[in-house]
Amino acid sequence: MELYDGPLDTKEIFGRWLDEQAESNYGAYIPFVGTIRAEDDIEALSFDIYEPVLQKWFDDWQEKAKALGAVVKMAHAKGDVPVHTSSYVSAVFSPKRRVALELIDAFVEDFKANAPIWKYDVRNGERIYAADRSTPMDGAGLLQ
Amino acid sequence: MIKVEFLGPIGKVPLEMEAATLADVSAKLKEDSTLTQWLDKCAVALNDTMVNDLSTVLKDGDRVSILPPVCGG
Repeated sequence: MELYDGPLDTKEIFGRWLDEQAESNYGAYIPFVGTIRAEDDIEALSFDIYEPVLQKWFDDWQEKAKALGAVVKMAHAKGDVPVHTSSYVSAVFSPKRRVALELIDAFVEDFKANAPIWKYDVRNGERIYAADRSTPMDGAGLLQ
Repeated sequence: MIKVEFLGPIGKVPLEMEAATLADVSAKLKEDSTLTQWLDKCAVALNDTMVNDLSTVLKDGDRVSILPPVCGG
């Protein structure tokens, strides 16, 4: 798992991951790129991350992938990420395509639901929590 | 004494309190009106492991994290 201040250098990351696994005999490599869209007059999105819980979440996914003979990778941005740049990339390597296609779907969807990352719109230099697009994590409401 | 920290957009300074279980933490946080809008939506971690049981026993020095709704990517 890789965290960066500001936008991701997607080509460097994907190229490096590909090089790292060049001799691993994986038949499928499926990358996913999340790009900041220009909408609602935002200049950028901004992100807070709680790294200790994110690392555990990611380690659990590594174990699930390993049980299927696959590898999951991810990188995410911290702080401000301007429109038309990337805040999130992930990828799955697996021996055959079917495992990778299914795993990238499950991994990215669970990432959206349970990775401890908070998103803010940036407008006129002001950071506004994206409450309406955010999802309570599994187990939310325990203390209510 | 345990510490309660509020992550992401909650924007509240950490609290220290006496609490034997997470139910005690819940009771104390419910007295704080600035948290009313958050508690029903927040998940909880104990020493960076997600927890799901109000009867979880706490010990001196434990750290409870309050995690509001997320949106990565």
